[in-house]
Formats: sequence, C-alpha cells, structure tokens
Amino acid sequence: MKPIKAYGDTLGDGAIQLSFTLPVSFGGKAKEAAKIYVQKMGFKSADIVHAEPLSEEFTFFVAYGKTDNYVDYDSVEYSEAVDKAMSMDEVNAFIKQNFKRKIVIVGACTGFDAHTVGIDAIMNMKGYNHHFGLERYPMIEALNMGSQVPNEKLIEQAVKINADAILVSQIVTQKDTHIKNLTNFIELLEAEKLRKRFILVVGGPRINNKLAAEIGFDAGFGSGTYAEDVATFIVKKMYERLSEKK
Amino acid sequence: MEKKLKLSEKKIEKARTLAENITGKIQNYIDSHTTVAVERASLRLLGADGADKNGVPVPNIIADSLKDKCGFGLCKYYLNALAKTGLDVKELNEKIAEGLDISKIDMADLKSVEIKAKEEIEKLDKRLEENVSYRNKKLSEFAENEKKPWIYVIVATGNIYEDVKQAKAAASQGADIIAVIRTTAQSLLDYVPYGATTEGFGGTYATQENFKIMRKALDEVSEKEKRYIRLVNYCSGLCMPEIAAMGAMERLDMMLNDSMYGILFRDINMYRTFTDQFFSRMINARAEIIINTGEDNYLTTSDAVEKAHTVLASQFLNESFAKRAGMKEELMGLGHAFEMNPEIKSGFLMEFSQALMAREIFDKHPLKYMPPTKFMTGDIFKGYAMNTMFNFVSKATGQTIELLGMLTEAIHTPYMQDRALAIKNALYVHNNIDGFLEEIEFKKDSTIRKRAAQVLDETVQMLSSVKKIGLFKAIESGMFADVKRPPEGGKGLEGVFEKENGYYNPVEKYLKNKLGIADTAEAK
Repeated sequence: MKPIKAYGDTLGDGAIQLSFTLPVSFGGKAKEAAKIYVQKMGFKSADIVHAEPLSEEFTFFVAYGKTDNYVDYDSVEYSEAVDKAMSMDEVNAFIKQNFKRKIVIVGACTGFDAHTVGIDAIMNMKGYNHHFGLERYPMIEALNMGSQVPNEKLIEQAVKINADAILVSQIVTQKDTHIKNLTNFIELLEAEKLRKRFILVVGGPRINNKLAAEIGFDAGFGSGTYAEDVATFIVKKMYERLSEKK
Repeated sequence: MEKKLKLSEKKIEKARTLAENITGKIQNYIDSHTTVAVERASLRLLGADGADKNGVPVPNIIADSLKDKCGFGLCKYYLNALAKTGLDVKELNEKIAEGLDISKIDMADLKSVEIKAKEEIEKLDKRLEENVSYRNKKLSEFAENEKKPWIYVIVATGNIYEDVKQAKAAASQGADIIAVIRTTAQSLLDYVPYGATTEGFGGTYATQENFKIMRKALDEVSEKEKRYIRLVNYCSGLCMPEIAAMGAMERLDMMLNDSMYGILFRDINMYRTFTDQFFSRMINARAEIIINTGEDNYLTTSDAVEKAHTVLASQFLNESFAKRAGMKEELMGLGHAFEMNPEIKSGFLMEFSQALMAREIFDKHPLKYMPPTKFMTGDIFKGYAMNTMFNFVSKATGQTIELLGMLTEAIHTPYMQDRALAIKNALYVHNNIDGFLEEIEFKKDSTIRKRAAQVLDETVQMLSSVKKIGLFKAIESGMFADVKRPPEGGKGLEGVFEKENGYYNPVEKYLKNKLGIADTAEAK
C-alpha cells in the first residue's frame, strides 16, 4: 500500500486550493456558509481567503483546505495507449519494414462539434508545437475531413478509401454530448460488422485511454498528444494484429 | 491618433484598390442574384413571423410553397395576400401557420401590392428609426461612463433565462458587450427556430424571442449601471440575412458578420454566402449595427506568424464588401487576434506590432480584437497570464472591442467566476497602463516597425495574386485559412437564384435607397 495525499509544503499535509461561486449575496454569512461547505467536502480545516460579490445574488470564494483523505497509489489501474512514442522517421521506417505499403488514416471531428483544432493538430501537415502532423509522414496517407462530420459519413469514407485507422476528435463535452456521439459511432460500426476492420482512436481534451476503452475504442488520447503518439499506437496495433493472424 | 509605425500610405492605398477590384467582380454576381434566405429575410422585415404547430416558421412555409418563384421575389405574394384578404400582418401570419397557402391566391394588380408595400415599409422604417435613436440617446446619456476598449464577454448556457442571469452579473462586473453564443450547428439550419428556448449545446438558439428577452434584461441593467450594454449575436450561416432582420427589429447592437467565414469554416456555398452577406450587411448598416468580422479564425487553422498577412488581406476585403453594402467605417468591426504560440521568443513584439498596424490602417473602424484560444490548455494559471499580455496589447494599441480571454478556454463554456476573473484582469490592465502608447515611439529599425511593414508588403502581394485569379479561385486554392472550397460545393447552393426579369423586392429597394446604393442590376 502506498497512500498519497495532496502536497502543499509538507509531505502528507493534504493541502488543496479551491475556488467556486455560491448563489448568495456577499457578506459574513456567505463566508461562513462557504467555510461549512468546504468542510462538508471532506476538508477538516477550511480557510476562506478571499470572497467577493459577482452580482447581488452571487459570491465568489477562494479557499484552502486540508484533508485526511488519501489514495492508495498501488491500487490505481491505468495504462497509457503508448508508453514511448517513436519519432516520425522511426514510424516511417517501421511501416516500410513491416507493412511494405503506405497505411491509410482518416480523421474527423464528428457530430455537431465544430472545432477542428484537435484533429488539425494531429493530422495537418504543419502539426502543432513543432511536431509535424500525419499528412507530413511519407508512409501515411492521411485524410482530414474537418469538423461537423456525421458518424455515418466518416465510416462511409473510411470504407471507401480502405482506411487502416479512424481518428475521431471530440472537443465539446457539454452535457456529455461526446459520450453519446462516440457510443453511436461504435454502434454504427458494429451494426455494419465493421468494428474489427479498423483501428479506432479517439482524442480530445476530456478524453483518456480508460474512457476510450470503456466506450469501445482501441485507444484514447488527451491534451498534450502529438501526431507521433497516435502514429506509434496505430502502427504497433497494426503489427500486433498482423502477428495474430500469422 | 498619431501614427507610430510609419507604414507606407501608398502601399495601404494600393491594398485598398486591389480589394475594391477583387470585390467588384463578386458584386456583379451578387447584384444579379437572390437567395431563399434573402427572400425570407425580406418577408420577415415586412412582418412575416410565427410558426406552425410543427415549428416550421412562417417565412419558410411561404418560401416552400413558392420555391420556383424566388427569382421573381417572394414579397409580392405576401403583400398580395394582405391586399386580397384584408387581414393585418398578425392575422395573416396566423392563417398561414394554420395552413393558408398564399401561392394559391389570385394576384391583384401591382398597384394594390405597391400600396401595401408602402404601408409595411413605413412601419419597418419607423421601427428601425426608433431603435437607432433609442440606442444613440442612451449612448450619449451614458457617454461619460464609456470605457475603451469595450469589454466583450460571452454567455452560452443553452437556456435563455440562465443566460440572462449570467449576462446581468457580467454587466455589473464591468462588461460592456454581451454575446449570446449560438447552439452548436445552428449555422447549418436553413430556418430560424421560433420562440424562447431553454435547451442548446454549447450555446443558445438565436430566435427573435430570445433576442427580445435578452434585450429587455440588458436595457434594465444599462439603466442601473449607467452604461449602455450592447447585445451581440451571430449573423452567419444559412440564415445570415434573416438573423440580420431579426436583430435589426429587436435592437441588437452588433452582429458577427463576415463575408467569407461561412464558406471557409462552415462549408457553406460561396455564391450563397456572398449574396447573403451583402443583403445582411445592408440591413445591419440601416439599423446601425456594428458588424464583427471573423479573421481571428484564420489563425486557429493557420500559423499566426506565417499567415498574418491573410488576416490583413481579409480585413481589406471585408471592408470593401461592407462599403458596397452602404456601411460606414464606424460600423466595421474588423477582426484580428492574439494567437501566436506563447513559446516564441519576442512573440509579444509581433503581436503588438500587428495590433497597432490594424489600428493605424483602419483608424475609424471599431476593431474587434480576439484573445488567445489555440494555445490555451487546461493550465488555467498559464492561461490567465497569457490573457494579461493580451489585455496589455489590446489597451495599449487602442483596440475598440475586446473579447476577453477566459482562463478556462479549452475546458468548458465560461462559469460565472471565469468571466468575473477575466473582467477583473482586463480592468486592472486597462486602468494601470492608461496612456502607455502616448509615452513611447519606435526606433526606425525596431522589430515592431519592421514586422508591420513586412505584413503589409505580404498583404499587397497576396491581394495582387488574388486579383489575378479572382476571389472564387483564390478560395478554391486554399489561400485563406489553408481551407479549400470549390465554387459549386458546400451547403445552400440550391437556395441561390438568378433574378428574373421583373424581380420585385420593396425591402431591397428601401434599403438601397436609404443607404444610397445605386440600383444597378435590375434583372438580366
């Protein structure tokens, strides 16, 4: 067992900062209420260090609390989709050596979601933060369909160009709209008996590998992901499937 | 304002002339065409409103029953129905919602149609005039409390009544402008929903009733704060002219309204967009609604350093298109943004340079400056620091409209405290650096002066290339935002019609007359 707690300035102090708004007017009573509220969250000590009115009906608080709650780190189960990413050159060499053809990847931001920033960062030539996108990879045929692409259309395109992998980007998560949309995507593939044909990857700021697996994707990537992470996962997974067949 | 970048006036003039040339070609197309959305907007301005029991709006019911008549103009049929039935607008709308098909009513003589047109146009003009004079009265009444830049924040709960609470709170914290962001994908609906709405994703439906509810709330808070709080919505997408019509009637003060945004970022057909933007801008110009153009979006798909000139080129084009729609410079809120990678060494100097460049080139225009979004992460603390730098540039370079960055950008639509913290940051910086630019000048070979000169040079080059191949081809080849759109592609082309001989639209005539636009293209 390895119990861990938040670290402020002393190991084990369990110090945490919080900020929140309560729907009450500013004043001493509001501050007291905020303090009790923080204590109710499981903080044995609570300091309201700042309070100010946002309007006549709302007050904003900054609070610090200390808690005895902990997590047993040894019991946490989680694995990343990719431990160590290959570089662009390594990915290309890997594809040449193992598949002896270009691989095909299609991606889109699906449903009503209009944000292309995620899919562009992974797929567009330019990439993001000096990490080239998949379009730049000589051994990858990458097709970025953009945003607001219906699930049906993305699947249709993947079949048409005989894609090896499908990338789905989801930025908007209000009211769990992404979960519904992603689930619908998997259901459509299963209904068409296409689930096993593609490697399915989902990405977005609120996505992680665990959530992706729960919904039925092969991998999920959160913020801070670059094209090489996604490419590494795809080529390794393809290799794994190829080896299974042999 | 004293100009500090010493940009070549000749080059600026050249860029303007090139833009005029480029938009002139498109205007020829626009003048000889109409769209189903232009017709529905015209109907709305004559009084068509309401919806049937399935929620289909009356203007859509009319347009659907007269599909093949768009090229002749649909107003005639609505006015004819008024003349023939003797009903007033409200009664007629109810009848249409209940199933009356006005395409089946015999056509009266043109004279009685003209008489009805005159009546309804007079009512419209009175309503728009009242809106304009109310706004001007309040602006001058509260002039002493006006800040610069105007602080612009967004509400986006999906529920108009919840939006009202957030908007009122934001105004009392110091916001000058409230934008009610639209629900995801409304831009792709070919109708405007009817009535108050309480459900939406990532935003709230733009409906005329929602406009009215928010307008009333902001008028109340304006009186309390002794500042006129401006209301913004999104005049874009397939219903661009209709939203303009509704905004004009309900006294919105600003509209997001770009000549190319829909083509590039929503894959709406370019013929449709160009025709719609012209009509919507005439409405905005008449109602003295400030437009906000969308150049900031270019920098979310392209690199902000390499593609800075595409922003300036687009500003010149938007300016020229707006001028053709009878709009004064004082209503042209040309857009730009602070979107460079924060890791770039001396990136701030380039941002400063470009913001000042826009200010100096467009000196009468209420420029709209947009905050960092592309490089905002879940790190709210870093994001808050980036927004402080943005606030500095915005105030120091004299931007007019400042859309505040949210520390939770890229996480969720703003919480009430996110907005409050953003306003606090902006007010702090605005107050603390007041007078900054008057104190400084730039060395001849400074990065700041050289950067602006370089962007202007690249802009002239780009506009020259666009002129050579034409704007349609330029968009097709991906010259803007690295997005490629074919002229026949995208949504809404089926709603574009060539004007037939005898095309009749009294609303268009009224607007052109009021704005001093020569009615050049009477049909083919």
